[in-house]
Amino acid sequence: MSTPALATRGLAKNFGSLVVARDIAIELPKGVRYALIGPNGAGKTTLINLITGMLRPDAGQILLDDADITTLPPDQRVRRGLVRTYQINSLFPHLTALESVTLAVCERTRAAQIWWRELPAYRHEIDEAYQILTTLTLASVCHRPTRELAYGQQRLLEIALALATRPKVLLLDEPAAGVPREESSELFAAIAGLSDDITVLFIEHDMELVFRFATRVIVMVGGRVLLEGPPHEIATDPQVRAVYLGRAGEPRHEPHHG
Amino acid sequence: MALAGKIESPQLYLRAQTRWRPIEIVFWLATLSPYVLFPNYLSLASQIAVAALFALSLDLILGYAGIVSLGHAAYFGVGAYTAGLVSKYGWGEPLSGLALAALAAGIVGYATSFVICRFRHLALIMLTTGFGLLLAELANTAGWLTGGMDGLQGIHTWKVLGYFHLDLYGSTAYGYALAVLFVLFLFARRVIHSPFGLSLRGIRENLVRMPAIGAPSRAHIRTIYTIAATLAGVAGAILAQTTETVSLDSLGFERSAEVVVMLVLGGAGRLYGGLVGAAVFMIARDQFSGIQPQYWYFWIGILLVAVVIFLPNGILGGLARLTARWSRS
Repeated sequence: MSTPALATRGLAKNFGSLVVARDIAIELPKGVRYALIGPNGAGKTTLINLITGMLRPDAGQILLDDADITTLPPDQRVRRGLVRTYQINSLFPHLTALESVTLAVCERTRAAQIWWRELPAYRHEIDEAYQILTTLTLASVCHRPTRELAYGQQRLLEIALALATRPKVLLLDEPAAGVPREESSELFAAIAGLSDDITVLFIEHDMELVFRFATRVIVMVGGRVLLEGPPHEIATDPQVRAVYLGRAGEPRHEPHHG
Repeated sequence: MALAGKIESPQLYLRAQTRWRPIEIVFWLATLSPYVLFPNYLSLASQIAVAALFALSLDLILGYAGIVSLGHAAYFGVGAYTAGLVSKYGWGEPLSGLALAALAAGIVGYATSFVICRFRHLALIMLTTGFGLLLAELANTAGWLTGGMDGLQGIHTWKVLGYFHLDLYGSTAYGYALAVLFVLFLFARRVIHSPFGLSLRGIRENLVRMPAIGAPSRAHIRTIYTIAATLAGVAGAILAQTTETVSLDSLGFERSAEVVVMLVLGGAGRLYGGLVGAAVFMIARDQFSGIQPQYWYFWIGILLVAVVIFLPNGILGGLARLTARWSRS
């Protein structure tokens, strides 16, 4: 078996007496589309924060392509291809879409350390940014300041920023949060269309989207991994139904703060 | 202007952002007007040019990277004392004096940047204030070197470029200060329009997001802080060379506070904000202190309060809003 793109071993984190992650061991093979599901407060976003270095784990290991990255600062994890997006838009309000993505490309190529040449001289960086925006249908608004973009377009810009770093592993925290149903499947179609070299893990509450776009599913409950498997097994598992899917009558589109 | 629905090529669009606008050319031509219109005020004009360079250096960190400093005079003072001491001990050639002052201020700036880059907001204001006070008190204590309270005496600046004598009326002083300001403005403009400048704007807009796109924000902050300290040092050096004296207030708290006021008056993050703010501040001070020598800070206070309330983005921000409204109607 080839080495997994991303793996965690015995990952644990407490906030005081509150256990938010206990003994989490996952393995993501290269190129898979993983969904991470679980009820609110299950620790899904916490897991992403731990993996990307926004939080320090109390115990355990994080391996990216078999290299231990547990103690690396976040920006260096990004440089190695471990990239995330945010559940709540976290963008650069006064930069245009093109400037934002160009910035991310320049950080990757290290052009961002150059202060003695003008930006327009960096044709490759600008072209690449424009290309990414084109694939995500944002080319027509690329000269607009981010704060003027429609909400759905800002969600796409989140993904564009992540793609500009050339990720190997992409962690998407509720990429379609707050996006209307019809648009969210477009957004997931864009994610499904990503290169097979990219391993994707996404948090999503809409089960229909999960079963349509995920090749495998991880179920989290109370800070630990309950189950891992292909979607059809997860859908029929009695344990999962009990803790998560079985809570019939609960509205699907209530606001989540996973 | 792009027609509705038609998208400009990304390169052309970004190129257009960096192009010189007619108003900029008018601005720089206007800086020559004191020679014709106010020949009696050339000394004031040269002090404005020094203040403008100092404010420009603060704009690079405050306006572009969001680093609020109340101790920026530390670097101004290091530059001033370096240039003064070099001259006092026998080397009065102004341009090489500037280079040495820039180097000294840059080194001090680089050393402090390692602490600066770890903090934000109030902690940063306190840190920069503390560092400024510390350096001012050091200069005061080291009277054998700096002259202490009496100031550094015995500076003699040679002819600029071996030709222009620093006269009593300030015509050489202003030409010298203005030329250095212009060259370093071109430099700052280049920095702002570089890929690194784009990163600075990213830091100002959303520092937390920067690591998630792989940006080493702290390294970026260290770079711009060092650049800003270097420019501040040059400003201090020009003042030392043209007035042929350095006093303790060149690195005092008041100078640090004044340069923040100038930048806020003019408008931070606009490159020209510091220049306009310095001119308004220095001219207002000159006029008010002529009317009421003891109470001129009262008027500066009113000016500052009025600008912050009515023009939250400074004088230039207000002008930009006006022209936007005008071009729309």
